[in-house]
Amino acid sequence: MARYMLSVFGPAEREPFGEYGSREAMGQALADTGAFNERLERDGHFVFADGLAEATSATTVDGRGERPIVTDGPYLESKEHLGGFWVIEAADLDEAIALAAEGSRACRNPIEVRPFNSAESVRATLDA
Amino acid sequence: MIDQAGLAIARAHRSEWSRVVAGLARRFGDLDLAEDAAGEAFLAAVERWPREGVPPNPGGWLTTTATRRAIDRLRREEQRHGKHEAALMVFDDSPPEPAGAVDDDRLRLLFTCCHPALAMEARAALTLRLVTGLAVADIARAFLVPESTMAQRLTRAKRKIRVARIPYRVPSEADVGERLQGVLTVVYLVFNEGYLAGSGAEPVRRELTDEAIRLGRLLRELRPDDGEVAGLLALMLLAEARRPARVSPSGELVTLDRQDRAAWHRDLIDEGHALVRERAATGEAPGRFQLLAAMSAVHTAASTARETDWPRIVALDPSPIVRLNRAVAIGEVHGPGAALAEVDRVAVEIDGYHALHATRADLLRRLGRRDEARAAYDRALELTSNAAERAYLARRRDELDE
Repeated sequence: MARYMLSVFGPAEREPFGEYGSREAMGQALADTGAFNERLERDGHFVFADGLAEATSATTVDGRGERPIVTDGPYLESKEHLGGFWVIEAADLDEAIALAAEGSRACRNPIEVRPFNSAESVRATLDA
Repeated sequence: MIDQAGLAIARAHRSEWSRVVAGLARRFGDLDLAEDAAGEAFLAAVERWPREGVPPNPGGWLTTTATRRAIDRLRREEQRHGKHEAALMVFDDSPPEPAGAVDDDRLRLLFTCCHPALAMEARAALTLRLVTGLAVADIARAFLVPESTMAQRLTRAKRKIRVARIPYRVPSEADVGERLQGVLTVVYLVFNEGYLAGSGAEPVRRELTDEAIRLGRLLRELRPDDGEVAGLLALMLLAEARRPARVSPSGELVTLDRQDRAAWHRDLIDEGHALVRERAATGEAPGRFQLLAAMSAVHTAASTARETDWPRIVALDPSPIVRLNRAVAIGEVHGPGAALAEVDRVAVEIDGYHALHATRADLLRRLGRRDEARAAYDRALELTSNAAERAYLARRRDELDE
């Protein structure tokens, strides 16, 4: 099994009811997402999942210098930001993509599938 | 003797490369290792066959040699890292499926190289390198990029396969149809990249068309009952057959109606026609490649352009590109006005396709609407960088003023 992060992207500025349009549509998306989470747990894919508050509430911190520099806002300026994520276990990319398609349908947003580093991929980087 | 060995090596490279790479990839789960070990085995053949003679079973010799090289390399790495490394890529170790399902390593290799999670240009490059064994320098030249760029593209793609765990297996029955379409699209892209060479001075890049046809034949061998596999092979063969007549000695594109049909490759036409007949005999609904091949078969069946069975082409139906070709046929049956109406119906869908504007330009010219024809030729010229097509379009545009 390999570990993947499924990142959900959405607009930086959230409308009332998020990007869903109406209270009913938002409720349905949340219910579908909940059902998808249950399916992940039931089938042994679930590691962690959560949604994030809007990107404008983020603070960027750079501690590389002598004293940390603190800036208001997200690290990258963008119209769309990470809005939530799943961490899942899947046999391979095909399975991860199939799960991401289900999750995307449930939460009504596009999803980026990205593998976590493994011992092997870290070593490949060190050897390169 | 040396010549004989050289010939045997060239033959083995064509017929055995993909088998050796695919077998090693399944056994060791690492495409890099498979590619390097296969390369070393062929180098060993170059060294030893002229001296020791060609082995009775060249493919077996190459597989054994490559496997030994791969194991040697793994042992060295094991020592370096002080532990045994488990297979790196996800691979399917299950025994071959019973009759009917596919169990060929080369098919797994094709599906991995053409995985939808890879960029289209990476899919084409990987397929040419790992399945047909084209050298990195040759692939780079064919796609008109520096060799270092192509090498990096290949390295990055192989690394993604490993790190993201793109599996090395034939997709499930539920997905195999769609994924096979993806493989065919990559092969057709390689063919068109060669046949309609998008840019550069050479109007046709044969290293690409040749490799695409080889891939088409390989797919046909692996999936003999698939209609679209047969359709794509037929389509490529019928296009390749016309290649000698397609570009004039001065390097200008010669349109189908003016080509010297005696210069066409008769054997390729016969082979393409046989495939089209085979598919028609099944009575199954044809897909995109079978339709294009069927049209191409009607064109190549006529001994002169005038004898083309246009009503038959009109009867074959209709993706936007197919409908564009159909519009040309309508023009022959019902005149340029009717054809232009059909072209304009598909125009929105394929506005970025230069052939749409070239076709419109020709129909407008025949209708005497010269200003509109000139604008359409200009638009077609904007959209193609192929030298032969540009020469043809520019001449037709300039003839409007005569």
